[in-house]
Amino acid sequence: MTAVETPRLTRAVDGRLLGGVASGLARHLGLEPVVVRLAFMALAVGGIGVAVYVALYFLVPLEETEEEGRSDPAADNRRKGRDISQLIAYIGLAAGLGILFLLFGGVFDPLLWFVIFGALGATILWQQANPAERNEWMNSTVSRTRPKSIMRTVVGILLVVVGVLGFLAFHQQLQEARAGLTFAFTLIGGIALIVAPWIIGLIRERDSERRERIRNAERAELAAHIHDSVLHTLTLIQRRADDPREVQRLARVQERALRSWLYQRPADAETTVTPGLERVAAEVEEEHGVPIEVVCVGDAPIDDGISAMLRAAREAMVNASKYAGTDSISVFGEVDEEEVLVFVRDRGAGFDLDDIPQDRMGVRGSIVGRMERHGGSARIRTEPGEGTEVQLRMPRIAEM
Amino acid sequence: MGDESTKFSDGDAVPRVVIVDDHRLFRSGVRGELGDAVNVIGEAGDVDSAVHVIGETLPDLVLLDVHLPGGGGVEVLRRVLAKHSQIRFLALSVSDAAEDVIGVVRGGARGYVTKTISGKELANAIVRVADGDAVFSPRLAGFVLDAFSATDAPPVDPELDRLTQREREVLRHIARGYAYKEVAKELFISVKTVETHVSSVLRKLQLSNRHELSRWATARRLV
Repeated sequence: MTAVETPRLTRAVDGRLLGGVASGLARHLGLEPVVVRLAFMALAVGGIGVAVYVALYFLVPLEETEEEGRSDPAADNRRKGRDISQLIAYIGLAAGLGILFLLFGGVFDPLLWFVIFGALGATILWQQANPAERNEWMNSTVSRTRPKSIMRTVVGILLVVVGVLGFLAFHQQLQEARAGLTFAFTLIGGIALIVAPWIIGLIRERDSERRERIRNAERAELAAHIHDSVLHTLTLIQRRADDPREVQRLARVQERALRSWLYQRPADAETTVTPGLERVAAEVEEEHGVPIEVVCVGDAPIDDGISAMLRAAREAMVNASKYAGTDSISVFGEVDEEEVLVFVRDRGAGFDLDDIPQDRMGVRGSIVGRMERHGGSARIRTEPGEGTEVQLRMPRIAEM
Repeated sequence: MGDESTKFSDGDAVPRVVIVDDHRLFRSGVRGELGDAVNVIGEAGDVDSAVHVIGETLPDLVLLDVHLPGGGGVEVLRRVLAKHSQIRFLALSVSDAAEDVIGVVRGGARGYVTKTISGKELANAIVRVADGDAVFSPRLAGFVLDAFSATDAPPVDPELDRLTQREREVLRHIARGYAYKEVAKELFISVKTVETHVSSVLRKLQLSNRHELSRWATARRLV
């Protein structure tokens, strides 16, 4: 503990017992903390020590900690253990002193107890207002009311009120105190009446400011998004102007991205049927360049059967984009109470179901077979020239 | 234009149309795509001028964008239909959001198509709506099915708020991408019957209570 140069006076974070005042002071003065603590103890008998300690606690800033100092849990534990034993020792010492004082020094003034109550409450309340807590209060977009902090506030207020009332009640006679209390409450009420509108106005202003800030942030995000994706796509389109297929693909991809960004419900990202089907369709569309329109009714979480169904639907979409020779595919999904239905339809060439050789796996293996393995069924309706519709059906597992 | 005998689909006359959209480029694009199929007699870019132009020209049909400065397509519908209930509206939107779409349909639009529709299909839709039919895109059919099937509680007036099995079936086919003609063939009914079903769905959508729809929208986190 030999400081080369005198450190600034701060409240210690490491190795503190109560508020870190004593150890901080010890470091500042270059003394052993025990000496300072005993000095405080001695002064506390007269009441001055407590006052000085409390005053220093509020006035002296907390030491700035470097985070890496706390990474050693073993050392941390050791320090904590020593701290608690020391704390017990000091409490024992204080109790002894107090008893001595009570026995030999006559009356232990009840006033002091109320002062201690008040100081304790104030400490709790002030701690609520330390910068970290305050920040949490200020940008309280999320959990504004945490029960713990409310409880702490209530306890703090209670202690202060008890302390103040007790002090008043014992300081003067109770009768006089009542008059004083009436006076005080009337005064406080009057001030509250005067100040309340102003405070409410401030709060409202802060709220509207916050709303405005959120709106601005949203606008900025939209601008950034449009800048990032839309402008780039437009540039690409200008460069590829001679390739209509590529231009169309780019435009479709960008349209879908922007659309989902603007209208998408972000919560049920990829775990339910509707976004799942939309994603599958988007992938196929991107790979094969045939626009796929998806309409989905209802929604349900994806389970094994449904994910097999999505793969089968994907296969059907791929088939339609590859072989139908059409410029659009409709996909309709419907979530019923008992089952999930998916229809993949095109108005393209169509084919004769009987003409498919037995060894072709596309339709039989990937669509019909897969659905049947998972307890569903697939039907394919097609005729040359009439287009094709693949109907997939998967019962829902009871979610009990 | 209360004369119900006028049938634009016969080809003798073309419907007189006003285009309402806040993008000038889009208006001229639509005008070009439609060509001779319709007679564009006016254009407007916001709610006030739309109400003014429609009041002046009294067209057969208004091609209405959902998003407009000054209150949106719903506001145009409200102000025009109060005075001229015979004018028909076809909503044309780039929006995918269900509450936009359902909103204008509830406001009294007789059909809804998206802006990705081809010129020929759009002309077709215009003629059909001008004739008094209702036109649904697959996506709108999906929205409607969703809106009506998400209501578990018994509706206030079952006759009014429930879709019949047949109507549901028709909508399901439209959502699957079938044309009215194909739906008719599939269900062994006439095209006229399909159109009747679609019209009655539209009527139910306009009349079904606001409460249900808003609850549905809330459940899907749309509002």
